[in-house]
Amino acid sequence: MSDSTALAHEAPEHGHEAHPAYLRHHFENVEQQADAAGFAMWLFLLTEVMFFGGLFTAYLIYRNWYYPAFVAASHQLSIPLGGFNTLLLITSSFTMAMGVWCAETRRKSGLVLCLVLTLILGLGFLGVKTVEYGEKIEKHHVPGFHYSIDSFTHPDLNNSATAKDKPLALDMARHTEVYFSLYFAMTGMHALHMIIGIGILGFMIYRAQAGAYTNGHVTFVENFGLYWHFVDIVWIFLFPLLYLISRHS
Amino acid sequence: MTDQKEMETASHHIVSPVVYVVIFLALLVGTAVTVGASYINLGVFNPIIALAIACVKATLVVLFFMHVKYSSKLTKLTVFCGVFTFLTLIGMTLADYISRAWGAW
Amino acid sequence: MSSTIVNIPDPSTARLPRVSFLNKENGLLSWLLTGDHKRIAILYLISITFFFFIGGSLAGLIRLELLTPQSDLMATDTYNKVFTMHGVVMIFLFLVPSVPATLGNFLIPLMIGAKDLALPKINLLSWYLYMAGGIMVIYTMATGGVDTGWTFTTPLSTHYVNTNVLTTGLAVFVAGFSSIFTGLNFIVTIHKMRCPGMTWFRMPLFVWAHYAASILMVLGTPVLAIAIVLVALERTIGIGIFDPTKGGDPLLFQHLFWFYSHPAVYIMILPGMGVISETISTFSRKRVFGYTAVAFSSVAIAVFGFFVWAHHMFIMGISNYSMLVFSLLTMLVAVPSAIKIFNWAFTLYKGSITFETPMLYTFGFMGLFTIGGLTGVFLGTSGTDIHLTETYFIVAHFHFVMVGGMLMAFLAGIHFWWPKMTGRMYPEKISQLAAVVTFIGFNLTFFPQFILGVLGMPRRYAAYPPEFQILNVFSTAGATILGVGYLLPILYLTWSLKYGAIAGDNPWQATGLEWQIQSPPLTENFPVTPIMDHEAYDYEWLDKQKEVTIVG
Repeated sequence: MSDSTALAHEAPEHGHEAHPAYLRHHFENVEQQADAAGFAMWLFLLTEVMFFGGLFTAYLIYRNWYYPAFVAASHQLSIPLGGFNTLLLITSSFTMAMGVWCAETRRKSGLVLCLVLTLILGLGFLGVKTVEYGEKIEKHHVPGFHYSIDSFTHPDLNNSATAKDKPLALDMARHTEVYFSLYFAMTGMHALHMIIGIGILGFMIYRAQAGAYTNGHVTFVENFGLYWHFVDIVWIFLFPLLYLISRHS
Repeated sequence: MTDQKEMETASHHIVSPVVYVVIFLALLVGTAVTVGASYINLGVFNPIIALAIACVKATLVVLFFMHVKYSSKLTKLTVFCGVFTFLTLIGMTLADYISRAWGAW
Repeated sequence: MSSTIVNIPDPSTARLPRVSFLNKENGLLSWLLTGDHKRIAILYLISITFFFFIGGSLAGLIRLELLTPQSDLMATDTYNKVFTMHGVVMIFLFLVPSVPATLGNFLIPLMIGAKDLALPKINLLSWYLYMAGGIMVIYTMATGGVDTGWTFTTPLSTHYVNTNVLTTGLAVFVAGFSSIFTGLNFIVTIHKMRCPGMTWFRMPLFVWAHYAASILMVLGTPVLAIAIVLVALERTIGIGIFDPTKGGDPLLFQHLFWFYSHPAVYIMILPGMGVISETISTFSRKRVFGYTAVAFSSVAIAVFGFFVWAHHMFIMGISNYSMLVFSLLTMLVAVPSAIKIFNWAFTLYKGSITFETPMLYTFGFMGLFTIGGLTGVFLGTSGTDIHLTETYFIVAHFHFVMVGGMLMAFLAGIHFWWPKMTGRMYPEKISQLAAVVTFIGFNLTFFPQFILGVLGMPRRYAAYPPEFQILNVFSTAGATILGVGYLLPILYLTWSLKYGAIAGDNPWQATGLEWQIQSPPLTENFPVTPIMDHEAYDYEWLDKQKEVTIVG
């Protein structure tokens, strides 16, 4: 690969201390390189914020327009499952932050442990999501051809979550499909980001085991940590907005 | 175990695990509070409280887990720009929808 | 005294530098796997030119159809596809990447004294994403095209057409990421890789313009991405948040779409304005008047540009209060652009002006962008917009700013930096002729369209009332001339690669770090990291470096 290689360095010595192996030659020093990489990651996260921003905009508009439909539809979600998922993700953020600390303090086995825990917690989250999605499919709450408004015109009185719900009028019941459109779009997009993150975690565990991140070159772990925390923050907002719209009568 | 202070360079402050534990516990508490609050009828304040708690949790993650509190002014400015543009998108679009209900003039 | 500032080495003894980024490594893979920002810029230049000619051919088809009032050249459905693809190709595959991906990529590290952009691999990825998007667009065209207009308005695009909305949407999504990564790369580079002494206010205004455009790329493009994803979801699995039958609002798509697409027009024009700052200074031999104002106005355009998007939606069903607010804010966003025009005009005042090709294009830009911008004020005023929107007035407005403005700036930049990129000068007389031909062709093509718009001819129609024919014939005649004007540079620039005069380091005797090194530059740009010890556009400093031609 034709890279920019300097023909003449200004510094007379080109020894290992002045020039770690991972320093790319278009940078003057490792601080500049790490700085640039971190800043680049933050800018990428800004694009993610704006990407999800469109979805949150849509959500706020339709919640405003179709509040009863949103209330009834959100009662179909399980707070225990959603709350548990929230705990899983918050814990995974904690283990990821600890992983970054291990990398910074050159604790290789600690780093690997933290990354593995983060991975397991992330997989757990996706597992619970799969169960939730399965429920939606069963109850015909997936928007599209098979969508059914029966649960909202005839609420299930045996279920504690929906026992006190009044049946919705026909047009408002149809608007629950908008809620589920947003539910699947937002949680689906979030889950996609989790899947990508888990994939990268797998790669990182392999490299961490080889000592790639505990020799002073922590940039990759740090910047992945930023990404992982961002995905957690999206869920921190999704949980109350989707699950906790109104659980009182 | 290498000394944590030795690991730090001038620009790279290492956050102590104690901070992480405290923030983690705060996040757990926040989650419990927000779930509990949704079962209480607070009228128009329900969504406000839920969003406020979510914002506090997000702020804690950003400041401490993502190290923004210990980062350069540029990083803080970058985060601000993201939040500002996000709020512009939501705010101005919602303003259109809300003002449609106000009629012609 | 001389009537030109061109100062090239003696042709009988001039040689190209022995080593440069062009011959440092050979072989196709050394180009396709390069990290060198200059090679990536050349890759972009070739691909952008290719897509420009596809978009231009589509324009030719449109103008041919509009020669007669009936839709007799092609079926109306086909016409819809032609203008849609023309818009998609020209906007996403030409205008958005034109200056940033070619000139920006090539010059920004040079202008700030860096060895490369901050993220060379991401830069290469940007090009591959661009090519992927472009190939997908070609695939779309080959498999029947899409006919929704480049604006993909719902619910037409989600429910009422059977054409390639998905593939086009995917292509735009991919090309959008190309744009995001380019902008991201520029922002990091400008913040973190300026050479010693290169403070923010010593950077060329070209860099400021790209910085502002990059902010828009990073913050705006993702919203387009989510809008496209939602349309795709609605078309495929029925997730319907734009679907009125389910209670969705089609106008929400437009909010999300224009939240990007309005800043997109500033993404397109700001880099061109950066070029103009450079050329107008060089060919007036004078520092840009009001450097700080021009620098800050670039950022102001970027910031204000986020607050005005609904002026594309005045008749679509937004509330009257929104109309009021967005109309007012639109008046505000015109101010920074006007500030630039004034500052450039004052740069000319009492300067030593010469008329080399880049300057001809620059003058064309000044006049045509001003007209285009002023007509934007008519459109920003909601009262007049109700009459003028969706007519040819809009078409004329955006072609004046984008073609009369941006494309002329692009050509000015290509000609200005051609000697730096290739080491060769292009032939001056024919290039000046091409510039004049372009200017004449452009005015004949697009000025009648303002009149057509006021008279009420709708846009995106293949058939029109017969009383509009004469103006349409003028427009098509102009388009033919314009086509000649755009073909000529391809021919003579290619010719110049082998037969052009050797340019030397600084044929224009310009300030700027890129002119103080060899043409073409070395792969690593600077043998020794430069130290910036003078202000931007410092012609006195240049005078001290070597003897400079005095111009009458």
